[in-house]
Amino acid sequence: MNAEACDGCPAHAQMAEMGVDIANCDHVVALAGNPNTGKSSVFNALTGLRQHVGNWTGKTVTRAEGAFGYGGKRYKLVDLPGTYSLLSASQDEEISRNFLLFGQPDCTVVVVDATALERNLNLVLQVLEITDRAVVCVNLMDEAKRKGIEVDVRSLSRDLGVPAVPTVARTKEGLSELVASVAGVASGETKTSPSRIAPPAEVREAIDGLVPLIRGMAPGLPSARWVALRLLDGDHKVREALLSGELAGLADRQRQPAPVDASKIKAIAGAQ
Amino acid sequence: MTSVSVTPQAVLDRSDELRRGLDGSFRDYMVASLYERAGELAGRSVREHGSGKWDFDQRIDRIVTSRWLGLPVMLLLLGAVFWVTILGANIPSQMLANAFFSVEAAAASWFESMGAPWWLTGLVWHGIFRGLAWVVSVMLPPMAIFFPVFTILEDLGYLPRVAFNLDWLFRKAGAHGKQALTMAMGFGCNAAGVTSTRIIDSPRERLLAILTNNFVPCNGRFPTLIMLAVIFVAAAFPPAVAALAAAASVVAVVLLGVCFTLGVSWALSRSLLSGEASAFTLEMPPYRRPSILRILYTSLIDRTIFVLGRAMLTAAPAGALIWILANVQAGDATLADRSIALLEPLGTAIGLDGVILLAYVIAIPANEIVVPTMLMCYLGGAMMMDITTYEQIREVLVGQHGWTLLTAVNLMLFSLLHNPCATTILTIWKETRSARWTALGALMPLGLAFLVCLATAQAVRLLPL
Repeated sequence: MNAEACDGCPAHAQMAEMGVDIANCDHVVALAGNPNTGKSSVFNALTGLRQHVGNWTGKTVTRAEGAFGYGGKRYKLVDLPGTYSLLSASQDEEISRNFLLFGQPDCTVVVVDATALERNLNLVLQVLEITDRAVVCVNLMDEAKRKGIEVDVRSLSRDLGVPAVPTVARTKEGLSELVASVAGVASGETKTSPSRIAPPAEVREAIDGLVPLIRGMAPGLPSARWVALRLLDGDHKVREALLSGELAGLADRQRQPAPVDASKIKAIAGAQ
Repeated sequence: MTSVSVTPQAVLDRSDELRRGLDGSFRDYMVASLYERAGELAGRSVREHGSGKWDFDQRIDRIVTSRWLGLPVMLLLLGAVFWVTILGANIPSQMLANAFFSVEAAAASWFESMGAPWWLTGLVWHGIFRGLAWVVSVMLPPMAIFFPVFTILEDLGYLPRVAFNLDWLFRKAGAHGKQALTMAMGFGCNAAGVTSTRIIDSPRERLLAILTNNFVPCNGRFPTLIMLAVIFVAAAFPPAVAALAAAASVVAVVLLGVCFTLGVSWALSRSLLSGEASAFTLEMPPYRRPSILRILYTSLIDRTIFVLGRAMLTAAPAGALIWILANVQAGDATLADRSIALLEPLGTAIGLDGVILLAYVIAIPANEIVVPTMLMCYLGGAMMMDITTYEQIREVLVGQHGWTLLTAVNLMLFSLLHNPCATTILTIWKETRSARWTALGALMPLGLAFLVCLATAQAVRLLPL
């Protein structure tokens, strides 16, 4: 694949808007996780010296991106801000959420702390509400062992419906398995069926009532159910994205390449 | 391009319509089921050998953040902190006052024997030094006890639990749950509390937190409250329960402050700053063994010395100012008498008096020095040596200056509610960069303080109590 071919790809048009340079890469991978899970170690171990540090467009939050190769493909790795959740309106969480929703990375790696799995799984479950394409990186396995905590990663993977890989990022243990899982999910070879929370019956009915309208407004929009749920919850950022045409625009690009629209860059950057 | 058959507005209208039909608690339900699912998944894939610490933390959390016990436990802890402070502060306070005032007397007579002019002796020893002496003896003992004890609670990791317990109240008031945390910071220092509102991302909710931070008493005002509680509330009870009653009254004032925070947030979020509360996730940090050295450092250096230092910086010029006011004649009365006479009608109307209001005006730079300033005005001519114990202060205030329980209660209320100190006002301006919000942040509490004191004064005067 070459850079021109990338330019034609719909999701990548959005990437360019978000300030991610997608030239010379085949897949975009997002790196999410709670603070203090060794997310940076994973990032550094995967990308080595091929890193670029900048800011999220219009924000003061640092963004690092880097690249790695595997199986003849080139991957761009985008480090999202460390967050505990994607629910609130904090700047960090909004950046992560927007990137998952609008950037549509080919795979999202969620780094979790094996010594505090329960707390970390909250973010994993929230990421899985937005995207199917995820890999869970169960990091700090050595610390867990030292604390007498044993994590059955295979059972976890089965329960979550996405690949889960045990790692010790500091010593690079398990990272090649992680990269192989990422490649499988990004290329679509690995099928995932993420575990999702069933809303209460009346909310499910409301979602079912709203999803057809959202699909009517923005045919082909992925995560329409998630958007419906956020609207029913009164999430004002999602309302803004809806009114500004950002959501509809995203769906359009899913179907055909669209020229980069400068106003949307503003919409994403200046959503505050 | 695709033909867009449904407009975004139509989607929004439909979602609002559906949303009205839903029980508002479904967000809580979704978050709860998220946590439940995470717990369930973790339970299935994690096996632990030993490490009882986590279980222990959870067991404590189940009590201190429980729906029914959380708030009572919180009040008990707060009450215990005040009780310890009140019990311990009395005697050292008295000793310090004795020491300082014998120094004042000795130094003043030494100045006189050296032939210094009367105004120099007065300004230096009966003005500046006396101001400093009052500040140190009234404030240092309660601070030196209160801050370390409070810091232990902080260091244990109890404050996030307080935020957790109060979160639902703040959301009911239309404010951000994190406001419970910035409020807790305000107990330390309102200026720091205002700065800490940066953790709130929504500008609307942040303004709410900034404007209402003043309603919790800061370190500078706690000694005032504690002293008033000791002098007046404790004295109204038999000695056996006096300290307990005083502690309970300070807790009541703090609770009232929290009520005002919530009430004003509620009113603002339905008027000037309308909007909905946003959700957030609060992580309970594990309990830590408090580090004694850090506690001593934070509480004694960062807090006690800082607050005392600032108080002394403002008390020295305030002492000089009071001495000048009391000794410069304008016509047939001193400047102090004239300004007190001017403020007297307003003071009486709200259950206070002219001296107290004058003290508040002089103490605008730092609320800490209100009580010392007030005492200096009242006791201007008296021999300091005779008045060092809390009982003696009480006798002078009640016997010679007509103080009643109403005066003490209203002074506590006024101290709780009145305008923030100059530092806090400046911080509000720095954080909002808006003259309007700063003015509101300064004047709204002042207005409320007058209104509330007026209401209690009128109520007491009308009712046959």
